[in-house]
Amino acid sequence: MNDLSAILTPEYISVILLPALIAGIAVSLCSSLLGVSLVLKRCSMIGDGLSHVGYGTLCIAIAMGWAPMKVTVPVVIAAAYILLRLSESSRLGGDTAIALFSASALALGIFASSKANLTTDVSHYMFGSILAMSRSDVIFSVILSVCVLLVYLLFYDKIFAVTFDENFARATGLNVRFYNLMIAVLTAVTVVLGMMMMGALLISSLMIFPAVTAMRLCKRFRAVVLTAVAVSVSCFLIGLLFSLWFDTAVGASVILVNLLFYIISSVPAALLRKIQPNGNERTKSR
Amino acid sequence: MAYITCEDITLRYESLTVQEHLSFTVRKGDYLCIVGENGSGKSTLMKCLLGLKSVDAGTLTFGDGLKRNEIGYLPQQSQIQRSFPASVREVVLSGCLNGGFFHPFYTKADKARAAEQMQCLNITALADRCYRELSGGQQQRVLLARALCATKKLLLLDEPLTGLDPLVATELYAILRHIHEEHGITIIMITHDVECAVRHAKTILHIGKKDSFFGSCAEYEKSELGKRFLGENTEQEHCENCAHGHRKEASE
Repeated sequence: MNDLSAILTPEYISVILLPALIAGIAVSLCSSLLGVSLVLKRCSMIGDGLSHVGYGTLCIAIAMGWAPMKVTVPVVIAAAYILLRLSESSRLGGDTAIALFSASALALGIFASSKANLTTDVSHYMFGSILAMSRSDVIFSVILSVCVLLVYLLFYDKIFAVTFDENFARATGLNVRFYNLMIAVLTAVTVVLGMMMMGALLISSLMIFPAVTAMRLCKRFRAVVLTAVAVSVSCFLIGLLFSLWFDTAVGASVILVNLLFYIISSVPAALLRKIQPNGNERTKSR
Repeated sequence: MAYITCEDITLRYESLTVQEHLSFTVRKGDYLCIVGENGSGKSTLMKCLLGLKSVDAGTLTFGDGLKRNEIGYLPQQSQIQRSFPASVREVVLSGCLNGGFFHPFYTKADKARAAEQMQCLNITALADRCYRELSGGQQQRVLLARALCATKKLLLLDEPLTGLDPLVATELYAILRHIHEEHGITIIMITHDVECAVRHAKTILHIGKKDSFFGSCAEYEKSELGKRFLGENTEQEHCENCAHGHRKEASE
């Protein structure tokens, strides 16, 4: 266990911790918002697929000596568009298309990075390095997060409609393809940002966990969204504190706190089932 | 002019042609039931009417002031919806999104409209309940209220009775009759239950694999196709959805 007062010097706080906090909270917000839609639309695998594509692109960017973030964001946005099209039209089915596409991108990236002998540098992005983000990375991610938040807020009602019932939304004249694309693009941006902090391996669970926890607790869409945001941000803060204290990896700590929240959130429902085993209409109708 | 005019349309499902030379019209005040066997193109036709798909040949025109996004639609429920965390109010409000202009949030008029439809379908008391915890009949009424938020003219229902018990189905027919007669809303309903269709609708469109029929219910009962489907066994075989006092209700 570390002595927190020894680590948390004013200099450490202002140079390393504060930027990490700001960027982390911003990304936690975005990922939890989008996670709700992804989980409800039954396409949580898109987040995972995009993180693989993102990691592959990062490897290539670093091998080539390009700026990692600025190359990866547009590539992953393009990948989101392609994945969406693939899952719409392909005979393979969405999840298979995602698996094929993302594994290929990942392989390509690892291939390039092994050629360039960059393994140490690249593994940062596998597990995340929130405390090692550069100032410009932090500013970039905060700006992008604010954009994601604004777009989500402005289109909240449409996102609900498209998530709840695509066919009805399309029939009443909403441009469902556009909104799906929008969700995918926002997801892509969030995945890349999250990858810098939480690592490519963990970012998709950062999107899914808060949403699932919130769904256990709430019965209204708005409440689910707000709870997911609250859960996500508090898990991030607790996880970060924990990782400073016990000197553990930040991304992994945050996910473990998320898991803990999820387990706690399933307790009330389980208790309720025990008390009134036949009282639930839903279990009866299935 | 009619709301919807279909002239000599061809419907394809993937590469298979399921219907050819199909013509029919839907006028203001109609109550049309579309019946037919599985695979005869009912769902494909519905997608064309909703604009989710274009007709493969022939023309489908909208008239009499009906715009494509003014059709209220009651879809078959998907598995996603059955476990969706949303309140009744949120679901009903989502029917108000076809206003045309871009509004980031629901307007006061939208909220009033949603409240009015919930009142009409008697689900105001459920407004804050969770959609997934309602019974099948209640869920259907919520979706109906949402569809009515989207239209003042035409309602399109896709097999609305699937999975409902006879009593609830009867109730739904009564609600539809009320909407049709009191609110003047034109109804198009897809169903596989020919007998109920004849009992409730004004006109029937039967799309079969070989031949089709379009005309009034009385004509349908006399037609070759109608006789075959209604059969001589109408009297012995009781329609389960109409088992409970439908005749009585019709006279009320």
